[in-house]
Amino acid sequence: MISRRSFCKKSLLIAGGLAIPFAALELFDPKRLLAEKNDGKKTRWVFLVDTHKCVGCGFCVKACKTENEVPYDAHVSRTWVERYVVTKDGKTHIDSPLAARDGFETKKIDIGEGKFEDIKDADIDKAFFVPKLCNQCDNPPCVQVCPVGATYQTEDGVVLVDRKWCIGCGYCVMGCPYGVRFFHPVYHVAEKCNFCYHRISQGMKTACVDACPFGARQVGNLKDPDDPVTKIIMTERVNVLKEEYGTKPQVFYLGLTKEVR
Amino acid sequence: MVHGEAWTLKEFFVYPNEYIYWTIQIVMYPFMTGLVAGAFVLSSLYHVFGVKQLKGIARFSLVFSFALLPVAMLPLMLHLQQPQRGIEVMMTPHFTSAIAAFGIVFSTYGMIVASELWFVYRKHFVETVQELKALQNRTVLQQLQLLLFSALTLGAMDISHEALEADERAVKKLAAAGIPVACFLHGYAGFIFGSVKANALWMTPLMPVIFICSAVVSGIALCMLTYIVTMEVRKLLARRKAQSYPELPTPQDLKSAETHVVTMTAKYLLMFMVAAITLELLDLIFRGYTAVKSWDILRSVIYERDFVNIFVIQYGLGNLLPFIMFLLPGLTIRRAVVGTALVLLGVFMMRWNVVIGGQAFSSSLSGFMHYHMPIWPDNLETYKEGLMGALTVAVVPFCIFWVLNKVMPVFKETH
Repeated sequence: MISRRSFCKKSLLIAGGLAIPFAALELFDPKRLLAEKNDGKKTRWVFLVDTHKCVGCGFCVKACKTENEVPYDAHVSRTWVERYVVTKDGKTHIDSPLAARDGFETKKIDIGEGKFEDIKDADIDKAFFVPKLCNQCDNPPCVQVCPVGATYQTEDGVVLVDRKWCIGCGYCVMGCPYGVRFFHPVYHVAEKCNFCYHRISQGMKTACVDACPFGARQVGNLKDPDDPVTKIIMTERVNVLKEEYGTKPQVFYLGLTKEVR
Repeated sequence: MVHGEAWTLKEFFVYPNEYIYWTIQIVMYPFMTGLVAGAFVLSSLYHVFGVKQLKGIARFSLVFSFALLPVAMLPLMLHLQQPQRGIEVMMTPHFTSAIAAFGIVFSTYGMIVASELWFVYRKHFVETVQELKALQNRTVLQQLQLLLFSALTLGAMDISHEALEADERAVKKLAAAGIPVACFLHGYAGFIFGSVKANALWMTPLMPVIFICSAVVSGIALCMLTYIVTMEVRKLLARRKAQSYPELPTPQDLKSAETHVVTMTAKYLLMFMVAAITLELLDLIFRGYTAVKSWDILRSVIYERDFVNIFVIQYGLGNLLPFIMFLLPGLTIRRAVVGTALVLLGVFMMRWNVVIGGQAFSSSLSGFMHYHMPIWPDNLETYKEGLMGALTVAVVPFCIFWVLNKVMPVFKETH
């Protein structure tokens, strides 16, 4: 007959003994060591937005919603276009009505709760459009904070969500400084732009890139030196959004100014 | 309708996907875990540091902490979009996430409190079993009771003097181990917010410490309040039963014991309140002084939009007023009731101002969002993330406490 004391002792010993070899397996994972030694990846998907070319037509938003089955009338979108109007008094007016799904139908600025602000043409210093989408960060805060690992980064840099695993806590939505994440109105799990991963991994362009009539949006592979996108990123003066968060965003912008949020 | 749309109002430029995603349940979550941690720390003051004056409330707060424990999880479950997968946080934790620590910390803490309770109440369990066994003709209820209490003794029927002393030593050790775990349980709730770099209001390393201090404050306040209420009920019962059971404590005895315990506990409440307020003000001053990029919008949230919530309700009604009430000499029970209720309000508003206030502005730093809390639910979502859901969460611990008290009577002398 085993005493209670020795039973407890022995079971702790066994549990501890089992834990050690398992921990060792984790420590010396050869695959991981190799990956840390040299980044042997062949693809790193990046995006290039030329804000000079964007006219705010919203075709990209329409195409994205249709392609990725985000309900058309739901007030969320994987991608959107922002309008910036900088007036002579130094103020910046920003809006994105319905995520610019229907473009910008009026000159008035949408200031929320159904109200609009009228700005005279003569008061405007500059005005421009900035398309936004997921930055597929190299250091994605959304992946870091997911408590169950339902969101993850692929080898080629795209951040995806496993709809079967997401518990819908919203921590990733809170963790993203760019506000690209939301809850899918149908699946009730975290949803985001994934560079149309089902398309780019099959050699196609993203839906928004295909829909843009002006070539303001481009997707490319940063690891390929001959890729036109890579060439522009390497040779021209590009910028990224909110670099101060340390997220290492991979959507590059041409013509970004300090007013852009 | 998109999740969050029902209660979010947007003003100026807010990113299209931004809504108030974390609502009242996420306010309730740190509030409830704070109460758990605070109640435990209060009981540990007696068990570990031997603060004899708190003996009367120590066992009470330990049982109450245990009653609050399952409820700390409830707001999270009500908030999840996929509650049926909530268990995955424990089964497949992703350890770079602060939330993933929940399963480990929560279950460790639960085990510590449960085993401490067992050692505290073992004598009671054994005595009950012996009493029931002595009965000749047991009713079905008594038979069930016997079964329950026999199971609860776990077969350890020795209640000799030495065995009970060993129990007390175990309680002391467990309570000592429990303090850091309780602080961790709540400090990590603070870490969940403090580590969100995308949110200008939340991101501060002080957040976990602020949360722990205010947790202890709220825990002590709730224990005092519940203690007073139960003592009042006991006084009422004592008056009614005085004739038939002269061996029971008289209302006068109870009253003097109650006043003594409340006065002593109030001192500890004040100490922790000073720490909590100091840290909160330090955080506020530091933000204003350093005035980084986000300060412009934070200032307009703190000093304009949320002024009443922060400075009038939280600091004024919830901190300053009870502070003065407890400092004034000759603390009465009635004053203590009002004071503790105000302290609880203050801590609740602190959580509110962190969670809802943190989402009052867009991460574009160019727009605002307002949370219009659903009062009367018209569907499951507005029930869960509205007033009714919060009230459900608030009521459950008292129900659990009532049940636990049947098994582990908080006012019975055990040792």
